[in-house]
Amino acid sequence: MTVKTLTINDQLITASAEQTILDAAKEAEIKIPTLCHLEGVSDVGACRLCLVEIEGSSKLQPACVTQVQEGMVIQTETEKLKEYRRMAVELLFAEGNHVCAVCVVNGNCQLQNVAIKVGMDHSRFPYKFPKREVDLSHRLFGMDHNRCILCTRCVRVCDEIEGAHVWDVANRGGQSFIVSGINQPWGEVDACTSCGKCVDACPTGAIFRQGSTASEMTCDRSTLEFLHRARTKKEWTR
Amino acid sequence: MDLEELLEIKETTQAKHQKKRKRVRCCTAAGCLSSGAKAVIDNLNTEVKHQNLTEEIEVTSVGCLRLCSQGPLIEIDPDDTLYQQVKPEQVVAIIDSLNGQQNRENLPQKTDLTHPFFAYQQPIVLENSGKIDPESIDDYISKGGYQQLRHVLLEMTPNDVTQEVTKSGLRGRGGGGYPTGVKWATVAKMPGQQKYVICNADEGDPGAFMDRAVLESDPHRVLEGMAIAAYAVGANHSYIYIRAEYPLAIKRLEKAIQQAKRYGLMGSQIFESPFDFKIDIRVGAGAFVCGEETALIASVEGKRGTPRPRPPYPAESGLWGDPTLINNVETYANIVPIIREGGDWYASIGTENSKGTKVFALTGNVENNGLIEVPMGTSIRKIVEEIGGGVPNQGTVKAVQTGGPSGGCIPAHLLDTPVEYDSLQKLGTIMGSGGMIVMDQDTSMVEIARFYMDFCQEESCGKCVPCRAGTVQLYDLLTKLIERKANQQDLDKLEALCQMVKDTSLCGLGMTAPNPVLSTLQYFREEYITLLQST
Amino acid sequence: MKKIKLATVWLAGCSGCHMSFLDLDEWLLELAQKVDIVYSPIADIKDYPDGVDICLVEGAIANEENLALIKEIRQKTKFIISFGDCAVTANVPGMRNMLGPAETVLKRSYLELGDITPQLPQEPGIVPELLDRVSPVHEVVNVDLFLPGCPPNAARIRSVIEPLLKGESPVMEGRKMIKFG
Repeated sequence: MTVKTLTINDQLITASAEQTILDAAKEAEIKIPTLCHLEGVSDVGACRLCLVEIEGSSKLQPACVTQVQEGMVIQTETEKLKEYRRMAVELLFAEGNHVCAVCVVNGNCQLQNVAIKVGMDHSRFPYKFPKREVDLSHRLFGMDHNRCILCTRCVRVCDEIEGAHVWDVANRGGQSFIVSGINQPWGEVDACTSCGKCVDACPTGAIFRQGSTASEMTCDRSTLEFLHRARTKKEWTR
Repeated sequence: MDLEELLEIKETTQAKHQKKRKRVRCCTAAGCLSSGAKAVIDNLNTEVKHQNLTEEIEVTSVGCLRLCSQGPLIEIDPDDTLYQQVKPEQVVAIIDSLNGQQNRENLPQKTDLTHPFFAYQQPIVLENSGKIDPESIDDYISKGGYQQLRHVLLEMTPNDVTQEVTKSGLRGRGGGGYPTGVKWATVAKMPGQQKYVICNADEGDPGAFMDRAVLESDPHRVLEGMAIAAYAVGANHSYIYIRAEYPLAIKRLEKAIQQAKRYGLMGSQIFESPFDFKIDIRVGAGAFVCGEETALIASVEGKRGTPRPRPPYPAESGLWGDPTLINNVETYANIVPIIREGGDWYASIGTENSKGTKVFALTGNVENNGLIEVPMGTSIRKIVEEIGGGVPNQGTVKAVQTGGPSGGCIPAHLLDTPVEYDSLQKLGTIMGSGGMIVMDQDTSMVEIARFYMDFCQEESCGKCVPCRAGTVQLYDLLTKLIERKANQQDLDKLEALCQMVKDTSLCGLGMTAPNPVLSTLQYFREEYITLLQST
Repeated sequence: MKKIKLATVWLAGCSGCHMSFLDLDEWLLELAQKVDIVYSPIADIKDYPDGVDICLVEGAIANEENLALIKEIRQKTKFIISFGDCAVTANVPGMRNMLGPAETVLKRSYLELGDITPQLPQEPGIVPELLDRVSPVHEVVNVDLFLPGCPPNAARIRSVIEPLLKGESPVMEGRKMIKFG
């Protein structure tokens, strides 16, 4: 294994030759935002948030698929990059129906986090309000296409780790959407092992566990009664 | 197959044509077929049979005769007469004239072959187009076909071939303009037993039909060029990726491959050399993005046709991870003449950095719509005003669009620019694959920009955010402008988003999608300003 | 010293942002020293006055009344703050946009889902007409500052108003200040 020395944001760092800029930066605690990268599955370079400037290259390069090279001089936080990143996030928000207030992952969402990171206080692009479907046919999980950003992390994790290849991308351009099986309801896809990897891989609330939304939660009266009894009558065991 | 057999076919075929007193060549490329060429040919055949003239007059289907707007076209040998807008009912008069009886008023109009449309052209890629029957390998051989393949296989090393192509200065005709010789040398130098050659025939720019015409008119030339390329880079398996919207080209390619196989010009030990070669056709399913090389490769592999980040380039890791040479139809079509006449000869045509000729599909508000091949460096003015005959009805040229959705508009005052890779790039457009659309004084440039943006948002594969979501917003902003609802802020936003989509998209489609907007903004900004809301 | 004229309006939203504003509790007393509330759903003032310095706009633009009012506000106000997610993104009121234009939405709500005597609400001049599309405020008029959150909590509101009163620009960065939802 050979070691390369390179500079990121004026900080001299070392990385092994096989590492990508993203990995090397992460090790050096330099955070480059990304939405489509997921450790353990292949990279697609699709979200364009991890683009960096490399001295000597006229094009911006995606850090997740660009390998380190000796003597590379990289900038990750130039004004141009910051502006482009914010625009990319705004485009994502404007493209889907991302209503944080009513989302299962509000407060725990990578899209929301990235929006904070890039300083998005509003979207300059008009919201498209597309009409999209919600698939609740699966016994355990749900797929809300309104919140999907097409990062394809579910597609890759299902194909590359679980080996089930339940998910894929259908259509193209702004009409693209994630399909289960051969565009069947998720619950009818025999290949699905219900492993839940896609739920964990999803950076937004698009793929979620059923029962996690507020309106689905059921009150367990007995728990409440137990607590009350425990406090008032010191009965700590059920 | 050996040289003797090849020469024998050549002579017999030539003799067969010469034996006839007259030869009527009917264009059966897509353009003429769509304007009714089939009925003309049927009538010609019936009439010749009816008058018992089959021994004297040969009616044959050929490829593109180039002046597409005046189709159906037929040309008569040895008279050098080209008839335009031939109607089926004029066939009798044509046959009569071949028999020396002049029946002028019933004859179709003769085309002036000394007109600049023909006189200024220099057919190299199209040298056989309209001359030979594209469905006859014998016809191709009669024009010296497959001799260069033999020459290369038996008398040149792969390195010699690459050198010759490098010497020619040929650059990729698909639009990028990457030096072909360098590309070949890169693939040739890559280690590995298995390599591939791919022909990109996924021509999809609106208004472009160069590759289609080449494939419909002279398919064997492309096959021979590919075989030579495969020999040069050390590949023995190749694919032609062609769009399903070109059924005639597909049919003719399939037939050509069959014929070549039958003659042993494809298969194993071609010309008794150790070189094996086969070509498979892959038909695209209607996605413009599959013209992008990495998306094309994914599609050939049977995957969803979406691009992937480069590097690695296909030359290093292409089809199934193996080194792959991928060139466009016209690039391969240039190979045979380069080998035949030499790289130096080819390099003597054109300009310093753009060698040889370029085929253009000349369309739009121009008198002579059709297919033209001119030396690089020809001025756009010469192409539009002389070859094209200018705008019909005394109109004036406002702009010329080149490079399709990835290109831009050249304003009238820059028409003296020569067509070259670099000069066009300086103007903010690209050579592209060869679509050239003339726009007259009444054209709204903002509408044009929106038309291309509509195309790009429709054809985006949806993989990367800027191209998928950015083009949609750009289209909306342009619509807002056209509906006179936009203000200065929207215009600023349009420009900023263009820059963002250009700089951050994953593949060429996205990176160049804003070009039609940027170039019209550069030259016709006042049209955008006029559309702004007064407030 | 002349007091700053502060207005707050409630357009298409749930009033939660105003509730959150009231959560400022005792600081409101401090605020009252520095500002005059010249227009607000919690003050009975019929017309939007001239020369307002700062206006907090809660809610999206969903009907003709919202539209007319926000245009009037823009004309009469120096500094407009989009107050809360509905104003910034259209948020929950905007979710009806996915159904289509106003007509579809009304039919769905009042006819298809109407249990008893389904009928479309109609009282011209009294019930404002719905717009076909619910928009965030900045799509209709220029906005000077965005204060997201559903609702923005009291601390966040204070962090915005306090510097403004001193003539400074609040720093709209980080989870504390710009997290949606």
